[in-house]
Order: sequence, then structure tokens, then C-alpha cells
Amino acid sequence: MTSTGPGGGKARQGNPVMSALRTADNRRLAGLSAMRSRWRAIPRPVRILFGVAVAVFFYLLPNLAIPLIPTPDTNFASVLFTVAVYVLVGVGLNVVIGLAGLLDLGYIGFFAVGAYSVAIFGSPASPLATKYPWLMLIPIAIALSMVSGVILGGPTLRLRGDYLAIVTLGFGEIVRLIAVNWSITKGQIGIPSVPAPPGHWGNGDPIFGIIDTRPFYWLALTVVLICMFGVKLLESSRVGRSWLAIREDEDAAELMGVPAFKFKLWAFAIGAGLGGLSGALFASRQGFINSNSFDVLTSMLFVAAVVLGGSGNLAGVTLGAVLISYLPERFRGFADKRFLVFGLALIVIMIFRPQGLIPSRRRAVELEDRKREAAEEATANV
Amino acid sequence: MRALREAEQNVNVRVRRAWLVVPVALSAVVAMSACAEQNGGSSASGKCDSKIAFFGARTGPNANLGINIYNGVKLAVDQYNAKHKDCKVTLESKDSQGDEKQAPGLAQQLVQDQKVVGVVGPAFSGESEAADGIFDQGGLPLISASATNPSLSQKGWKVFHRMLGNDNAQGPAAATYLKDTVKAKKVFVIDDTTAYGKGLSDVVKQSLGSVVAGSDTVQPKQTDFQATVAKVKSSKADAIFYGGYYAEAGPFVKQLRAANVKATFVSDDGVKDEGFVKGAGNAAAEGSVVTCPCIPGDEAKGTFFADYKKAFGKEPGTYGPEAFDSANVFLDGIAAGKTARKDMLSFIDSYDKDGVTKHIKFDKTGEIAKSEIVIWSYKVSGGEIVKDQEIKATS
Amino acid sequence: MNFHFLFSNIGDLTVTGLSQGAIYALIALGYTLVYGLLKLINFAHSEVFMMGTFGALIAWNLTGLHENDPTPSLPMMVVYLLVGLVGAMVWSGVTALTVEFVAYRPLRRRNAPRLVFLITAIGASVAISEAVGVITSRNQYGMPDLFKTTNLATIGNVHITNVDLGVVVAAVVMMVVLDQFINRTRLGRGIRAVAQDPDTAALMGINKNRVIVLTFALGGVMAGAAALLYNLKIGVTRADIGFLLGIKAFTAAVLGGIGNLRGALLGGLALGLVENYGSALFGTSWRDVVAFVVLVVILMFRPTGLLGESLGKARA
Repeated sequence: MTSTGPGGGKARQGNPVMSALRTADNRRLAGLSAMRSRWRAIPRPVRILFGVAVAVFFYLLPNLAIPLIPTPDTNFASVLFTVAVYVLVGVGLNVVIGLAGLLDLGYIGFFAVGAYSVAIFGSPASPLATKYPWLMLIPIAIALSMVSGVILGGPTLRLRGDYLAIVTLGFGEIVRLIAVNWSITKGQIGIPSVPAPPGHWGNGDPIFGIIDTRPFYWLALTVVLICMFGVKLLESSRVGRSWLAIREDEDAAELMGVPAFKFKLWAFAIGAGLGGLSGALFASRQGFINSNSFDVLTSMLFVAAVVLGGSGNLAGVTLGAVLISYLPERFRGFADKRFLVFGLALIVIMIFRPQGLIPSRRRAVELEDRKREAAEEATANV
Repeated sequence: MRALREAEQNVNVRVRRAWLVVPVALSAVVAMSACAEQNGGSSASGKCDSKIAFFGARTGPNANLGINIYNGVKLAVDQYNAKHKDCKVTLESKDSQGDEKQAPGLAQQLVQDQKVVGVVGPAFSGESEAADGIFDQGGLPLISASATNPSLSQKGWKVFHRMLGNDNAQGPAAATYLKDTVKAKKVFVIDDTTAYGKGLSDVVKQSLGSVVAGSDTVQPKQTDFQATVAKVKSSKADAIFYGGYYAEAGPFVKQLRAANVKATFVSDDGVKDEGFVKGAGNAAAEGSVVTCPCIPGDEAKGTFFADYKKAFGKEPGTYGPEAFDSANVFLDGIAAGKTARKDMLSFIDSYDKDGVTKHIKFDKTGEIAKSEIVIWSYKVSGGEIVKDQEIKATS
Repeated sequence: MNFHFLFSNIGDLTVTGLSQGAIYALIALGYTLVYGLLKLINFAHSEVFMMGTFGALIAWNLTGLHENDPTPSLPMMVVYLLVGLVGAMVWSGVTALTVEFVAYRPLRRRNAPRLVFLITAIGASVAISEAVGVITSRNQYGMPDLFKTTNLATIGNVHITNVDLGVVVAAVVMMVVLDQFINRTRLGRGIRAVAQDPDTAALMGINKNRVIVLTFALGGVMAGAAALLYNLKIGVTRADIGFLLGIKAFTAAVLGGIGNLRGALLGGLALGLVENYGSALFGTSWRDVVAFVVLVVILMFRPTGLLGESLGKARA
């Protein structure tokens, strides 16, 4: 599974710009690593306290009037909500891409399954009109998307990495096309009156109203924090170590007694569940969904978020998701060019920093090793 | 790797005391939150700072229509400001790119700015579904110059109005045109699965009744229509109704004509765009008909046509005149001192006056009064979409 | 399910299926060549094709042929066909090489893992398509008519038009030429050698980078040919046409056995047929679903495709 990259390497030294960039890059890596150990050196209670402070800051963010950060054109709380949903997507996709090393290009499919579950089973305007309460819809959404993750993963997870990428891409498109053509999802006409979470203020107004998005943001933020915590736990558990082993070398992992397929399927299902949950939150806030919201380009954006930030590392993924969802809203003038910018950013980052902006520690080391191997190979070849 | 480890060790020594910073940071956060202020809320709408807003796509793949509408609104505002130099109105623009996902956040922002007393838009039906509920909760009146899905007026949104007939008016008119003017015996109906295209062609099918010889769907962004062309061909239809947008209609008609199908092509206002002729080519597009609940620019009353041409250097596009009328309703309200949303809403609901496109009067659901709906047909001739005739309802 | 429509029109459906499949096949060649050599899914190849459609249009416009001009005389038509072909091939080839030099080569030098290549490829694909989208304001561009579509022959109730026949014949000819090139020439032998065993090939004195460049160029040129045929058949192009066609072409390559040139032709034609029959049966709105389901099923049950994958053993 640890395929050498296409071709194998031949290092050609002597381009001053490239090597200068690389040196700068390495220096920055060292800086990051220093920051990381600085963080580890802090006593645990203080670290927790600091974490709480950061969390409190994010909860208060829509109420703070910090200059330059709020978005000029769009409601700030609603942008923050979108950002939180993207972060949740990033956390989920990170389990699949970053931890288990499976490239999933059709993650939007699970997002869609979650969103449609809430709409179809909750909206009075859906053809089923079951009108289940919201609190019941969320587990349904998560369950259905996990099931769809298993349905997709079961037969396809035995495929090679890049074939898997294409199959998942196909899956995402199939989900979208079904949403377009199926009479229950009602295609572009869509499903209105998607239910919001329950609850009323003292004066009888719903807490999760459509004018003020802050409660939605707080809800999403809470979900994000809980999920991050959960994923963190998983990562350091036996499951997480198995994922890492599979990612590094599937055959070796299998030899060491790690049932690779089972753990890959788990990664897929957990990732799908989180994707479904974020889709469900998105639909509840949006109040109206149709097939337009689940296109492949958005799926690519999801992947871009994980990879840009640093797959395998929660902080990196979070940064990536924030950049991808916040920047276009902050600078709306360039919204039309955002995919262009992301495409270019993907190329540049993969060339100069394949481990992402905030790399996962282990991954950075691994890539560094490969690079050195390539260089050695090249000198040996001369 | 060794360098990294050394760096770590150096840092470890230095860092021991650094955690003292944490409580300071914490208190800073608390302090900041204490002086947090909640924007919006205050409804101190002074005399001369009212705004009206445009809501629709000005960039992205569906921008053409939005730009026509924006221009219409801008012309109205500019004319108003030229007349009221001491009390100008500001035009706010929200570029939604026609994207349902972006619509709610933009709508909320408008709702929170109490100076905004009216919205021209949202331009498309999809984004209307996502945004109009928010406008309704915020009590912000809106007049759409182009969203034609009939369901929009049936949701109980008090703020909703539209300056044109909906698909339930356009569909039968298109059917009438097919039966009376084209004298079609067999009509093949195609839709593009969009809310707009499918909604409209369903109405057309219903109105045509037994004349329908078959139907098919195409997908947005599709370019190869041979399968659908084959179906049209084998149905031996003498006319086609196409519900959808110009991007797909162009290549469809091109391939239709290349396959030697001569059936008359009739479509809707989504196809009324020069992009259609560009896609199909002049020869293939020739003779195609589109219906539209919009009036031709040069049929607008008053000096609108000349003014628009002077301001933008081109003739008004689809829905330009309707947008101009919509904006003027709000501007009349502002001139009459209705600078609170509530007053503006009741002003619009009782509005009863001539605009450049029609006599403007809304019914209880926000639809334009039935007797005032106009549907026109346009024809492609020599590479241009030119006006054909006003379709008078027969039934 | 509309069996009646399927069977009463099976002939016409076959003809259109084959002509659609021929275009898939030509694009599929690019995927197959690069995959056979580098084990890399060159995701950006779909945009290489898209650039070709614009390349032909630009070449026509530069030589004075515009969208609504009357159809040219026969000799001029041949000239314009060649002009369009050259324009499309050059434009596609340059795009393919740019992607190789800018995106892939730096990664090879670093011996990056495969997923990094794939993500870069996706980045390149999105960037090219969006760049063209921004430049063209996402408008579509109509092609000039080089000739009128005419019915060449009617056998029973099967209609064969000059476009359909031309597209299929052109695709088969291109395919045979390429096959001969790979199997008979020195350069082709180099490609096969590197595909089979890069290290040994290097030891035998083959310049691997030159072979890779040549392969990308070949793939680009074939995509250019596909682009010209697409222009003649569809008549309209746009910045976002690449993605769907690219996926279909990749499906075709996998269907025939990725890395196998003849497999690409077979896979393309087969996919065109399956898609057309499927859309007749289930309705045209399910056409793409049929294609994607075929892809998933093939990958699950016979990932080596119909003819088996191997560029190194292309003689088989």
C-alpha cells in the first residue's frame, strides 16, 4: 500500500528559489514543532483552562465587536454557523482521509443523506409527512448516513486508494442525481419547512428562529466540540492506532493482526455519521433544501479543507475548514473566483507543503523521510 | 529531525513560566465580552437615510438576469435621487449568485439593517424559498421582478409581492400560443428538472391536455441531447415546449435542427437570453419562440426605454422594466414618508397606480392583480430575440 | 421501464451510442496512457480536453471562420477541419504538458505518496476549469458549422448521419495510429519499457522524464482530436464540460482495462452503448446514474476491466 509515488524521484538541486522556499518551510516546521512542545510543557490544568477560555471566546464571538473580523455583506452569526458546519465536516472527513488514509471524494453524499433525512422525515411539506420531532431526526440522520457509509464502504473498501477515490466520487454524484430525480427528494423544487430544534424563549419566540442565527451557531459549536473530543479519544485508542497502522502500511498492519477491512469500514461509517450530522445541522438552519446544495465542487471543497489545513491533525483541519468557509464570505468580491483560488492553492500546497498548513506530527515526519529517500536514491543513481 | 528536537528542548526551558499568560488571556476575553454590543435592533430610522435593496445574482453562472434587474432598480433610484437631491435613497446590493446556500445569511443582514425598507428580489424561485421566510419574520417587504414559482405566494408570507404573472399564468398562455398560433397537433414537452422548468412544463402539459405527444427531461449542464432528440423525432411532434434555461436550450436546439427535426420550438423566459441564440447558432435558433410574463423594453410606458438606453448604453433586458416598476413602488413609499417597514408594507398592499409595465395593484397573496398580468411572446429572427405579440388569454 | 422504446429504436440508439462512445474512447486514451506509465489518475485530463474544444474555436476564429458564417465549400471545409484539429491538439497538448511540468514533476522529485498526486491533479483540474470559467464569464460558445449534418444511409429504420459515421471512423483511425506508434516505433518501445519496469528501463539508457513528457503530449493530442469531434457533434462548448466527460472517459478506461489502449476503445464504445440503452430504458434523467453505477460495479467485480490492464504488454 505504501506505493512509491508515480515514477520515483530524481532530485535536481540548484534552483535557488525552490531551495530557499524549502529552507523557509523547514524553519517554519521547526517553529511549529517548538510551539507544540511549548504547549505540552504547560501543566495540564492550565491547558484545560486555556482550552475553556478559547471555547468561551468562540461562544462569544458573534457578540463581540472585534474590528475587521465580522463579514460585511452577510450576517456574521450565519457565517459563523457555516464555518462551524464546515469544521464538523472537516472533523468527520479527517477520520476518513487523515486517520485511515482513505481518499473520499464523495463525502458530500453523506452530507446530503443527513440533510435529506431531516427534511424528509421532519418537514410537513415532504411527501412522507411523518413530521418526526427534531430530536428524533438527528439520530435518524446519523444512522442513515452511517448505513450509507457501510453500503458504500462494504464492497469498495478493498479497492486500491485511487480507485476508491473515483468510486466515492461516483457515489457522491449518484446521491446527487437521485436527489435530483427521485419524487421524494423533489429535485430542485426541494423541500421547504425543514424543522429546527425545539425550544422557546420566555416571550414565546422560538430559540432557533430564522432571524437570529446565534443559537444555531452555539448549537453547532457545541456539537463540534463534542465531536472533536470524541475523535480525539478515538484517535488515541486502539482503533486510532489501528487506523494509523493501516494508513502507513496496510499489508504490514494486516500481518501484525490488525483486521484492516473492519477498521477501514469503521472509519468510513464514523466519517459518514459525522458528515450526516453536519448535513442535518445545515438543513435545520437552512429551513429549505434542494438538490443544488450537494454538488461535486462542494465535495472537492471539503477535501480541500482537510488537505490544506493538514490531514490527520484536528487543529489543521479546523484551520482549513475555517479558511475555506470564512474567507469567501469575508471577501465576497472574490467569491466568483474562489474555486480558482482553491485549485491553485491545492497545487501549491501539495508541492511545497504536502502535509498541510498545520501538519500532523507523524505525517510530517513520514513525508520528510520520503523526501530524503528520494534524494538519497537520486545521489545513488548518479 | 535533530534540529527539531533541539528546538523543542530549548523551548521547554523557556516555557515553564509562560502559562502565567493564560489567566490574563482569559480575563481579557471576559472583558471583551462584557463590552460586547449587539448591532442592529435600534429602529431609529431618521428622515433621509432610507435604503432599498437589490437581491439576486450579479456574478456566477446565472448573472445575466440579475444584472438586468439590478440595472432597472438602479435607474429608478438614480432618477429618484436626481429629483430629491436633499433626501437621497441608497441602493444596497446583495449578490446571491442565485445560490440557495448563500441566500439566508444575506437576507438576515438586510433584515437587521432597519434602514432598508424594501427589497427588489430575490430574483430566482429557489433562493426565494430560502430567503423569503426570513424577510417575512423581519417584516421587510419585498417585490420580486422575476421569481415565478406559483407556490411562493401560497406560503402565507405577508411581505411577498411580485411584479409579474406566475407560471400558472404563463403556462396556459404558452399552451394557447401552441394551439392557436402554432396550430400544433402534437406537442413534445421537455423540462430540465429545475424548480422553474419542471413547474412550468407541468402547467403547460396540463393546459395542453391530449395534444401532448410525449415528454422527456434533460439535466442542467447537459450538452449532449441526442437521446432526447431521438425521442422527439420518434414522437413525430410538430411543436416542442421546453421548460428550462438558455444554457441547455441552445445546444439542444442546435442538435435538434442538425437531426433535421423541424418542429416549432417554444420555450419560456428562462430561454429569453442572447446566450440561447449564441448556443444554438443563428440558423438553428431562427423561428424559435419564447413566452415571458415581461413586456418588451420598447413597450414600456413613458420615457423608460430611452432613459435606460442612455444610462446603460444598451436596450433594457428581460425584467428590466419590471424591476424599474418594483423599485418605484418602494420609492413612492419613501417619498410619502413611509420609512418604517410596517408603513411601507401597508403602503404597497394598497398601492394602485400606473407603472411603466402595467397598472400596479397587488392582491392579498402578493400576486399582481389578475387583470394586469401580461404575457408576451418573442421570436428569434436574424439572430435577435424580437417581440412577437402579446398573448391574450382565450379561455 | 420503457422496453418498447428501447426495442423499436435499438438501431438509432446503437448509432448514437457508438458515436458518443468514440469520443469517450479518445479521451480515455489519455487516462490510460498516463495511468499505464505512472499509475496516476490524471484528473486534470478532462480539462485538457476542454481546452481543446476552445483551441479549435480559437483557431477557427483566427483564420476567419465564425459562429454564424455560412458553411464553407468542400476544399475549405477540409482546410478548416485541419486547422481546427491542429488548434485543438496544440492547445490540449500544451495544457497537458503544463500540468505535467507545473504540478506533477515537482512531486515526482519528492517521491510524494500517491494521494498527494491525486489531490494535486484535482487542484489542477479545478483551477483550469475555473480559470476558463472566469475568463469566459461562464458563457457558452457556439461552433461554426463546417458542414451540414446529412443522412448518409437509412437501413431499415436506422439512420446513419455523416457526423456519427465520421466520429466513429476518426476515433478508430486515431486509435490504430496510436496503437501502431506504441507497438512499432522506438519511442513507443520506450514508453512500454518504462511502463513495464521503470528502473530497468532507466538502466537500459531510457530517459524516463522524456518518456513521461512524450506520454502526456500523446494523451493531450488525443484529447485534442476528441475535442474537435466533440465540437463537430455537439456544436457548443463551455468551461465546465470537462468534469462529466472526464469521469465518463475514465469509466470507459477502467471498463476496458486501464492501461490498455485497445481496452480504451472497447470500453468507450461499450459505455456509450450502455448509457444510451439505459437512458432509453429508465428515462434520460437516469443516464449519468447508469454510467456511474457501471463504474462502481466494474470496479467492484472486475477491477482489471474487460481486456485486463497493462500498457507494458500492449501487444496482447
